[in-house]
Amino acid sequence: MSALIKVKGLTRIFDVSKPWLNRVIERLPKALLTAVSDVSFEVEENSVYALVGESGSGKSTIGKIVVGLVPPSQGSVMINDVDLATETDAAKVEAVRADIQMIFQDPYASLNPRWRVREIIAEPVAAKGGNTTGLAERLLEQVGLSAADAVKYPHEFSGGQRQRICIARALASEPKVIVCDEPTSALDVSVQAQVLNLMSDLREEFGLTYLFISHDLTVVQHMADRIGVLYLGRLVEEAPRDILFEDPKHPYTRMLFDAAPRMDGFGREVDPPKGEIPDAINPPKGCAFHPRCPIAVERCSRERPEMRDVRGARVACHLAE
Amino acid sequence: MTQTETPPTPAPVKAPSRLSRAWHSDLAWSFRRAPVAMISAFVVIVLVLSAVLAPLIAPHDPFNPATLNLMNGFTPPGEANAFTGDFFFLGTDDQGRDVFSTILYGMRISLFVGFAAVMLAMVLGVILGLLAGYLGGWTETIIMRVADVQLTFPAILVAMLIFGIAKGITPPEYRDQMAIWVLILAIGLSDWVQFARVVRGATLVEKSREYVQAAKLIGRSPLSIMLRHILPNVLNPVLVIATISLALAIIAEATLSFLGVGAPPTKPSLGTLIRIGQEFMFSGEWWILFFPAVTLLALALSINLLGDWLRDALNPKLR
Amino acid sequence: MSNPVLSVRDLVVEIPTRNGILRPVDNVSYDIAAGEILGVVGESGAGKSMTGNAVIGLLDPPARIASGEVLLDGKPIQGLKGEALRRLRGKKMGMIFQDPLTSLNPLLTVGEQLEETILEHLPISAAEARKRAVEALEEVGIPAAAQRIGSYPHEFSGGMRQRVVIALALCAEPDLVIADEPTTALDVSVQAQIVALLKRLCRERGVAVMLVTHDMGVIAEAADRVAVMYAGRLAELGPVRDVLTNARHPYTAGLMGSTPLASQGQRRLRQIPGAMPRLGALPQGCAFHPRCDRAEDRCRAEPGPTISACDGRAACWFPLGYPQEATG
Ligand SMILES: Nc1ncnc2c1ncn2[C@@H]1O[C@H](COP(=O)(O)OP(=O)(O)OP(=O)(O)O)[C@@H](O)[C@H]1O
Ligand SMILES: Nc1ncnc2c1ncn2[C@@H]1O[C@H](COP(=O)(O)OP(=O)(O)OP(=O)(O)O)[C@@H](O)[C@H]1O
Ligand code: SF4
Ligand SMILES: [Mg+2]
Ligand SMILES: [Mg+2]
Repeated sequence: MSALIKVKGLTRIFDVSKPWLNRVIERLPKALLTAVSDVSFEVEENSVYALVGESGSGKSTIGKIVVGLVPPSQGSVMINDVDLATETDAAKVEAVRADIQMIFQDPYASLNPRWRVREIIAEPVAAKGGNTTGLAERLLEQVGLSAADAVKYPHEFSGGQRQRICIARALASEPKVIVCDEPTSALDVSVQAQVLNLMSDLREEFGLTYLFISHDLTVVQHMADRIGVLYLGRLVEEAPRDILFEDPKHPYTRMLFDAAPRMDGFGREVDPPKGEIPDAINPPKGCAFHPRCPIAVERCSRERPEMRDVRGARVACHLAE
Repeated sequence: MTQTETPPTPAPVKAPSRLSRAWHSDLAWSFRRAPVAMISAFVVIVLVLSAVLAPLIAPHDPFNPATLNLMNGFTPPGEANAFTGDFFFLGTDDQGRDVFSTILYGMRISLFVGFAAVMLAMVLGVILGLLAGYLGGWTETIIMRVADVQLTFPAILVAMLIFGIAKGITPPEYRDQMAIWVLILAIGLSDWVQFARVVRGATLVEKSREYVQAAKLIGRSPLSIMLRHILPNVLNPVLVIATISLALAIIAEATLSFLGVGAPPTKPSLGTLIRIGQEFMFSGEWWILFFPAVTLLALALSINLLGDWLRDALNPKLR
Repeated sequence: MSNPVLSVRDLVVEIPTRNGILRPVDNVSYDIAAGEILGVVGESGAGKSMTGNAVIGLLDPPARIASGEVLLDGKPIQGLKGEALRRLRGKKMGMIFQDPLTSLNPLLTVGEQLEETILEHLPISAAEARKRAVEALEEVGIPAAAQRIGSYPHEFSGGMRQRVVIALALCAEPDLVIADEPTTALDVSVQAQIVALLKRLCRERGVAVMLVTHDMGVIAEAADRVAVMYAGRLAELGPVRDVLTNARHPYTAGLMGSTPLASQGQRRLRQIPGAMPRLGALPQGCAFHPRCDRAEDRCRAEPGPTISACDGRAACWFPLGYPQEATG
């Protein structure tokens, strides 16, 4: 099987400096924030690739680069061997754009409150001048709502139902890939189960590929085939699901696993991890994790660890073996 | 994705009518529970209607010299004229024009200038605000700096300046004809800033929301996103400002006319009437000033109160 | 159990709206003892925050306590107003919110805020208060507390801010702390730190804690007992291990079963059909019956079951009586 999405050396730097005048007056240097740094991975067709990491680790930024909402500073994203950022053939760009859709985190902000559900769902097709008769009604039933909902407005729906509407909109252009940015983290557990099940069903029915972004390890474990763990914009570990969960090799992955609250951890006394994620504008030298790493050695603060293969996983840690 | 074996397409469903939605909306509900808003709305509707229907209602045509009788000058309200025996409900002015009729016709001009000026300011402000908020960068810097500079002058000064320039470049023979349009231009241009500021702020908020990202992803053009997605969502505050601006524009027009740089005496607005009236205030003919002034006050106040109510009613936090 | 610090009896909160009176909290009763952490879980909109706010007297009008009692150390406090309530709130009750920024004054240093609170409630000198403030910051694990005391809230990271809020809530040595989703805005690693901190302080100080969250994992690890809320009512209340591994209320069971962990290895998660009803459209009888697979006529017809009317743990006419299959 070939890779549907190929991400190579992806880097995104944001200019977060103050306005020019303030900078001159206060004699501040330009502030550059590296949100994503040298990230490479491949997503197989009809699989689920998950990106996990804490807030600010660059998950959403990668997702937005992949769908083309944010241009990369360096590196490339190939979808079906087309690079949206450099491709000049308009027809190809159009085709790839239709092939890739996105579902956002906040079901309350991702639907235009002034539009009827029918218009919202049909927009991807209407924008291309396609035929939308009955489209919204059919998609609504496919995502478990009723056709009668097409004439309602978003505020008449609960969070879970809104996320279903978002999924229906994403399906309208018959895409191959859906980037899901924390699709269930605003939902309650019982509703989350419904949405995750729906996503699994749709994936099977339509042969979809998901790039699944989440910070919830249990959700990732349930959904993903392959997982990349991000820390401060870099991939620190990447492995098939079972290998990652049975044998996490990067100290950060292990820390994440330990810190996650467990439903069977009655009265568990965790030794909480040290420190917090450092400022992304001035990340630590060497391995970005070294100030919090329980096993760091002197070399870690000097030299950045490269990704290497360790027992079925790719790990960026000097000490992993 | 294969959708060949899709289930039969369900029949499209009818949406509830606009009227029924409007009647059951929160806004209508809050209106029915706000006596101040209801009274204000009533006053505004009565005044606007009587202005619009002035040719039908007004007992005299104050601008038709043929119907005027100088003997009727200075008739007090509620009394018959000592010479002619004609009766005038609100009295007459120095030229024997019926005050009631001049008010109706004057209000027409005031309201027309107000509405048109606010429209101009609104269209201009909304467009510039949307562009500044959505495009950012240099577009935003230029638009907002111009706005800042304009804000440092009182609006009435700006309006007088624009009025002066516009008047200067119109040929004298057209001046009276053009005066109304120049007024509209002057007041409208002096008032776009607050629309632009509010729309820019709201656009910045909406722009970052995910439905806009979704529209970008779908491949909508910036213009289409601004008009179809963002604009409907920033209209609430615009509506509130427009209402309050209407009151301000009517007052601004009255001020300019009062200062003699507005509507000409041949086509008097409420402001012109007040200017004419104050000449006679101390000689005992108080009604010539009083009734136009009260009308202006009632009009501006009730529009303002409506605007206040609208602001509260549209603010979800206060509901 | 000794005398409870907090006793809530048949608490009802009402909100009058244009479509009638809503009851976001309906007939809720529970106790919290000294040194105990009561976890409160439930879906968004279940009334968790509303319950906490009612207890501490922070209901935003038009919401109001319609009936019921809130007893702090055996004394009713639900009628208190103004100054009396304010003094009680700082001295006897502390509050920790989800967003630490909203509970800190951005214009005062954290030291000033701590000292102000301490001086208001404890009869000690200013110098003594300053010492206490430093100690309070040390206790919640802020490094170099003596130097950081002059910093403003925005100079702290999210996790550190939440620590400051905890210090602020605890500095007047209250008997009761209400923590409303204190870790929801934080990262997993910081969440673990804050939960560990709350547990330690509760144990050391003997404070009664009401911990509102929707994270079952946090409840399992931190709480002694757990109250499950559904549509404004208590669905189940009991020791955390019993409730989580041996749910009696079908809703609790469904909630536990629908977590990805419980369905490990299966392609599909178990799910509860439907969604929690809106307050304005609560069904007759047990509010859960439209989603419940055990529902019978009694559930639909009779007024909603309460815990005391049922088996003392679950508000359900037909509770699950036997151990469920292991939940993970
Ligand atoms: N448009 C932007 N301008 C400036 N900085 C940005 C922008 N978008 C993201 N960032 C920064 O890039 C970093 C990564 O952000 P990103 O949203 O990708 O994180 P994330 O992993 O999705 O986090 P979360 O879990 O909070 O969603 C953050 O430090 C963020 O502040
Ligand atoms: N002013 C109001 N008018 C009408 N309903 C309200 C009002 N304020 C709150 N509610 C309703 O009260 C119910 C209880 O809300 P509450 O904030 O207690 O929920 P919660 O359990 O804390 O949820 P979350 O997990 O989202 O914080 C909700 O259904 C909410 O919609
Ligand atoms: S490289 Fe060093 S500091 Fe980084 S994770 Fe590995 S051991 Fe820890
Ligand atoms: Mg994100
Ligand atoms: Mg809450």
